[in-house]
Amino acid sequence: MTQLDYILQQIVNAVSLGSLYALVAVGLSIVFGVLKLTNFAHGDVMMVGAFGVALLVGIGVPFPVAVICGIAAAAVAGFLIERIAYRPIRDAPDVARLLTSLAVTYIIENVGILVFTSSPRNFPLPDILNTSWEMSNGAITFTSINLLTIALTFVSLLLLGWFITRTTTGLGMRAAAEDMSAAHLVGLNVNRLIIVAFIVASAYAGLAGILWAAQAGVVQPQMGFTPLLKAFVAAIIGGFGSIAGALVGGYILGALEIFIVAFLPSSVSSYRDAIVFAVLIAFLLVRPGGLLQPNREIKL
Amino acid sequence: MATPSPVLLSVENLEVNFGAVRALKGISLDVHAGEVVALVGANGAGKSTTLRTISGLSRPRGGRIIFDGKPIGGVAPSRIVSLGIAQSPEGRRLFGGLTVADNLRLGACTRTDKDAILRDSERMFMLFPILKQRLKQLAGTLSGGEQQQLALARALMAAPRLLLLDEPSLGVAPLLVRHIFSALAELKRQGMTMLLVEQNITLALDLADRAYVLRTGQVALSGRSAELRDSERVAQAYLGAAT
Amino acid sequence: MSREARITLLVLVAVVAGAVVAFGAPHVLSDYFVRIILLIALNAILVLALSLSNGFTGVFSLGHVGFIGAGAYISGILSIPVQQKMALLPHLPGFLHAFSLPFLPATLVAGVLTALLAVVVGYPLMRLSGYFVSVATMGFLIIVNVVLINASDFTRGARTFTGVPLETTLPWVMGWLAITVFVLARLVYSPFGRAMKAVRDDTIAASAVGIGVLRTRLIAFVIGAFFSGVGGSLYAHYLGSFSPNTFYFALTMSLITMLVLGGMGSLTGAVVGVICVSLLSEVLRSVERGFTIGDFAVPALFGASQIVLGFIFILVMIFRPKGIMGDRELTFGSTQRSATVNQTEERKR
Repeated sequence: MTQLDYILQQIVNAVSLGSLYALVAVGLSIVFGVLKLTNFAHGDVMMVGAFGVALLVGIGVPFPVAVICGIAAAAVAGFLIERIAYRPIRDAPDVARLLTSLAVTYIIENVGILVFTSSPRNFPLPDILNTSWEMSNGAITFTSINLLTIALTFVSLLLLGWFITRTTTGLGMRAAAEDMSAAHLVGLNVNRLIIVAFIVASAYAGLAGILWAAQAGVVQPQMGFTPLLKAFVAAIIGGFGSIAGALVGGYILGALEIFIVAFLPSSVSSYRDAIVFAVLIAFLLVRPGGLLQPNREIKL
Repeated sequence: MATPSPVLLSVENLEVNFGAVRALKGISLDVHAGEVVALVGANGAGKSTTLRTISGLSRPRGGRIIFDGKPIGGVAPSRIVSLGIAQSPEGRRLFGGLTVADNLRLGACTRTDKDAILRDSERMFMLFPILKQRLKQLAGTLSGGEQQQLALARALMAAPRLLLLDEPSLGVAPLLVRHIFSALAELKRQGMTMLLVEQNITLALDLADRAYVLRTGQVALSGRSAELRDSERVAQAYLGAAT
Repeated sequence: MSREARITLLVLVAVVAGAVVAFGAPHVLSDYFVRIILLIALNAILVLALSLSNGFTGVFSLGHVGFIGAGAYISGILSIPVQQKMALLPHLPGFLHAFSLPFLPATLVAGVLTALLAVVVGYPLMRLSGYFVSVATMGFLIIVNVVLINASDFTRGARTFTGVPLETTLPWVMGWLAITVFVLARLVYSPFGRAMKAVRDDTIAASAVGIGVLRTRLIAFVIGAFFSGVGGSLYAHYLGSFSPNTFYFALTMSLITMLVLGGMGSLTGAVVGVICVSLLSEVLRSVERGFTIGDFAVPALFGASQIVLGFIFILVMIFRPKGIMGDRELTFGSTQRSATVNQTEERKR
């Protein structure tokens, strides 16, 4: 295996991982945009999507149908979370809302453990998605789920791009993210926008959860927590609340993690997550608006 | 006006609180169809609060707001826009990360009549030609004067029957202020009903048929613009002078 | 009786009552209840330490559990008996093998080192405001967790850290609780305490009247970290064995629930919150083991207590966001000082 092949292999890995982070981060950013809320329960919505697929396939539903139902279940979960937990505290201070979303996570994960126990169960991936492909005589391998992740991310993000630049609802979501009272004044139904934002974001979380579980091979009630935290870092790197920023941040984070693991000695790379969160803190301190919103001020 | 046109907007004894502070202490005013009415007064007199409350951004604590015969106090802002009241807010409040075209499009977001929306955007380009050249540009990159024109156009895209204007001259270069006010005069000629808040009292009274002078949350004085313009009491109420 | 005399009397009564509980309870009550009282007192120290920055200074940290974990591991490493250290932690640097500290000095060192850590962490982070400081401190918590898992020479990694002598008895915890309450009460109801509240309520106004916002936040953060480290040490010597995930989000969530439920700007509120949540989780825990009503057997529902606590947390957020006590102190009618001061501040706002 040549040096170049190794690097190419790592690029494939980085794009695949970055795609997942981007998918999760986009949903976080959509919700943060309209509501200025860090939705920790977003990770649990991922879990709902993945468990939905696992359970449906378990009772004999064909995989593609199960995927669509899983995404729909995630969207419904997001809708309910907004309706039940977040709407009553919409005008509360930032920190109170942050804590509420942590509490929602805590509840959902414990309900998950209560119902499914915390031990991981198999994620039923069809064989066709489990095959691996080789390039340059086996020096570069990737599984079809890797390819599918990248392809689905690409397609779904194109769709999102169309939604937020071409439809009135999508434009309205961006408008509300920029200036809530101006959005009211032009007559946007902000309540409806928030609901749509949660549904769209949660559908993306559902897709991300399914892909994440497909790559990991297992589902587990707390599976959403780590990707959520990572996606959160990605969103901040890109500029929290900006959808383009979430994309950029997702791929940067994917690349950073793969680089740490692939090119640094294991004594350093085992601290990967610590480095990632140190990057988060550094961004908050030095460039709180992220790469795409350099002028945002949050300090004293 | 010899034969007074019907009352379009009527505000009766409006009270608004911000926490423990009483911002409006019972304001009453009328706007007739086709009329331009100015609200003038010092900072903190309650002009912007009045407009925000009419638009539904602040909840009235007491009093009534009647638009076209229907009470609209406490109604959701989006509903108020669909009823026919649009506002060009203080500081313009454009969506800076969206293009000029998208800002105009959102201005019409309560409407479904596609052909009429298209006609209205053509009207906007007649009224504010610069916007046509800037259509694909991000609103945040426009100059102050251009932004103010866009804010007016965005509000007009809702096809309002009553246009609320909050400080249209603020932060705009003097030359462009004249341009904006001539556009407003043109709108008036076309029959647009307007309620105007403006620090520049001369400009306001030149445009308006009638005016209300607000002072610390109350109407201190009202009358026809021409009378008020020469009145010494305007200066007193406006400046809050003792003599 | 003058107000000062009444306060002195109240404090005296509290100290005597605490001492009676500390030394008397083990003789009178069953081990189960002694354990509950001990845990309440221990959690009270941790929540009070948290309240200093989160409640009184308005810097809502999600990272204090990182300090508790640091304190627990530092104190554990220092106090494992020398003969066991070689077996449990063979890769420790030589000088740490050579000695082992008794409980009290180990706890003090843990507190001091944790406070130093807080200086390093807080100096940059205390510049951030509101929501962003919460996120950044959460990042700190995660970093601590990763370090604890990976610094296996010191911590045995993700494996259970064990061999810490079980020395945390009720008198020890009550003693430390008394010290914590005393120091915090002196601090909170002093000119510095007013500076903290000013920083919390309006940073711009506070700096306009000459209060160093960064300095005030940092001092509160560091003192809170000291008591968190001490609490961590007590925790370590109570549990005997633990792992990095003992000091992670679950503990964070439960301490924050206690703080928010009790009321964030009140010392007695913090204690009230601890008592409510602790008693409630004891009840819920016995329920979730399963029970029978008549012929109907309710199966064991593991995790149900956390779910209920989560719901209670959300309901508090919705219906009583200032908690049970808000900014008021529980005074039994003997002094209204803090209460009236806070009410006038409220009115000004």
